Amino acid sequence: MIQRRNPVKTIILYVLLLAFAVLFIYPFFIQIATSFKTDPDAASNPLSLIPNPFDLHAWQQIFGQTGDTAVPIVTWLKNSVVITVVVTIARVFLDSLAGYALSRLHFRGRGMVFASVLAVMSVPGVALLIPKFLMVNYLGIYDTYTAMILPLIVDAAGVFIMKQFFDSVPISIEEAARMDGASIFRTFWSIVLPMARPALITLTILSFQGSWNEFSHFLVVTRGTPDHMTLVTGLASMTSGQLGAGTQYPLKLGTALLTTIPVAILFFALQRYFVRGASEGGVKG
Amino acid sequence: MARTDHDPKVRRWGRKPSGIRGNEGTAGWIFVTPMIVILGLFLAIPVVMAFWVSLTSWQGNTNPFSSAVPFVGVENYTDLFAKDSLTRSTFMQSIGNTFYYVLLVVPLQTALALGLALLVNNKMLKAKGFFRTAFYFPSVTSSIAIATVFLFLFSNTGAVNAFLKFFHIDGPSWFSDSRGLLHLIFGAFGVDNPGWAQTEILGRSLWDWLAGPSVALCVIIILVVWTTSGTFMLMFIAALQDLPVEVDEAAALDGTSGWQKLRYVTIPMIKPALFLVITLGLIGTWQVFDQIYVMGKGSPAGTTLTPAYLSYQQSFGNFQFGSGSAMAFVVFVIIVILTRLQRWVLTDKDERKPFLGIGGNK
Repeated sequence: MIQRRNPVKTIILYVLLLAFAVLFIYPFFIQIATSFKTDPDAASNPLSLIPNPFDLHAWQQIFGQTGDTAVPIVTWLKNSVVITVVVTIARVFLDSLAGYALSRLHFRGRGMVFASVLAVMSVPGVALLIPKFLMVNYLGIYDTYTAMILPLIVDAAGVFIMKQFFDSVPISIEEAARMDGASIFRTFWSIVLPMARPALITLTILSFQGSWNEFSHFLVVTRGTPDHMTLVTGLASMTSGQLGAGTQYPLKLGTALLTTIPVAILFFALQRYFVRGASEGGVKG
Repeated sequence: MARTDHDPKVRRWGRKPSGIRGNEGTAGWIFVTPMIVILGLFLAIPVVMAFWVSLTSWQGNTNPFSSAVPFVGVENYTDLFAKDSLTRSTFMQSIGNTFYYVLLVVPLQTALALGLALLVNNKMLKAKGFFRTAFYFPSVTSSIAIATVFLFLFSNTGAVNAFLKFFHIDGPSWFSDSRGLLHLIFGAFGVDNPGWAQTEILGRSLWDWLAGPSVALCVIIILVVWTTSGTFMLMFIAALQDLPVEVDEAAALDGTSGWQKLRYVTIPMIKPALFLVITLGLIGTWQVFDQIYVMGKGSPAGTTLTPAYLSYQQSFGNFQFGSGSAMAFVVFVIIVILTRLQRWVLTDKDERKPFLGIGGNK
């Protein structure tokens, strides 16, 4: 857009970018600051980044130090961690298993299976809320951890990403291993997977982020009692006023911050893989 | 694709009775079995179940597939469009809301994403990484967490109104303001619910259809544009980086202005990315749910209702699962039609590489 070194244009470029950067980042700073404010301070100085007075009450509430059990956030945190870890491990393994088979193994019906994966990918998530409930209800696992975890352990988009990845790597090394007599699973496990590291990291990120931030699925397969809530569903019920939390913005924003932190850490540590994931898995609803 | 590359080999190995591909058939099926079970059990079969339910008047008790549940045929669908009822007027209101929502969000997020991508992709820019990170970060965080932050920012005593106060503007109480944007504009010209706007269309007056997005819905529009632009920006950056350098230089030699270059060189060349972003935008906006759930559940006065949320509420709140499922399928069909239509419009004149959106770009 901007041609050879023109100082005025360069300055305009930076001013524009900085303005947008502030617009995109400032809400997060407000969020952090507000979680250390008192309720009245949050209401009267909403723009300020310096809590006055500095107050830890919201965080004590979050970690259950205040003796009021209305918002069992520690339980939610535990649920979030367990579900995310189980879903991520299972999903990365099963997606790459299926992706590998669809890319490399020649079996009857492969084309049809892949076509079905593509078809499933194109079903919009919103059309799946009631269906998921119906099936979970039918199987008698409504309001259980099984119902929260099992439907998430495979996702069509992840299978697609892995298949595309295996399509793009040369087959020769695997064939050498197979000639040496390694079984198919052995070749997959000790030769193929280690080579697929970049794709696996991308998939791990997408799965972690997806299951940590998941909302509507948990909403329809559980009754909404606090013991089956995750940080995200718990925060949603708190924010939409179901748990009688009142305004209490420091508490809500603190919980929102706690919800954001794990993904943020992952994001800053593995940024380039996030970038890859965004351009590969552009299917997030 | 890869298969054709290796086909000669495949046949060679295949001929050997106990070649190394001997047990691939079994292994292949074993490898895909978990996927088939999970996707079949929780995606494919349930969609069929829900379609069945949409043809009944199941109310959430007992088994939806027992013969005791009344079969009503397409009544749940026709009721949404033809029967004068609260369900129809609410559903039509949610369609109207979403129409304005999509009309604003898709162009705004596409333009913002493209603008940011062009700025960040500037060759002379230092600290590219910082800006890219800053713009992308909101996209990776939880929609619920972000919505919570925006509820605070736009609350009566929130940061936005505090900011407006610097300019001596009294901000509205965003989330309880059901006035439509177009109504406000009409009002500025002294037009208020005139006679010509009384015609009823699908159970709502023309005046109601012309309300535009309410102030409350506008906050959700801002929130969504703000959170999704980052992802789409990355897609545009990827497309821009694939452009050959010579194009840039040729355009510079011809003395085109920045605007001309953008209009006649850059945009035509990143058309596949543009196509992808608009398609994903259309698909995503018709499904907005999380933000609606947290930011008012349709209030004020139903002006933030969307069909996706209404379908949920009708099923899990009112236990009208038949009608709720029907709504979900209507949204499904709308999304399919829109993406087809958009593909047709965009690829008609573009014979270079039609349909890069799904196949080529990944």
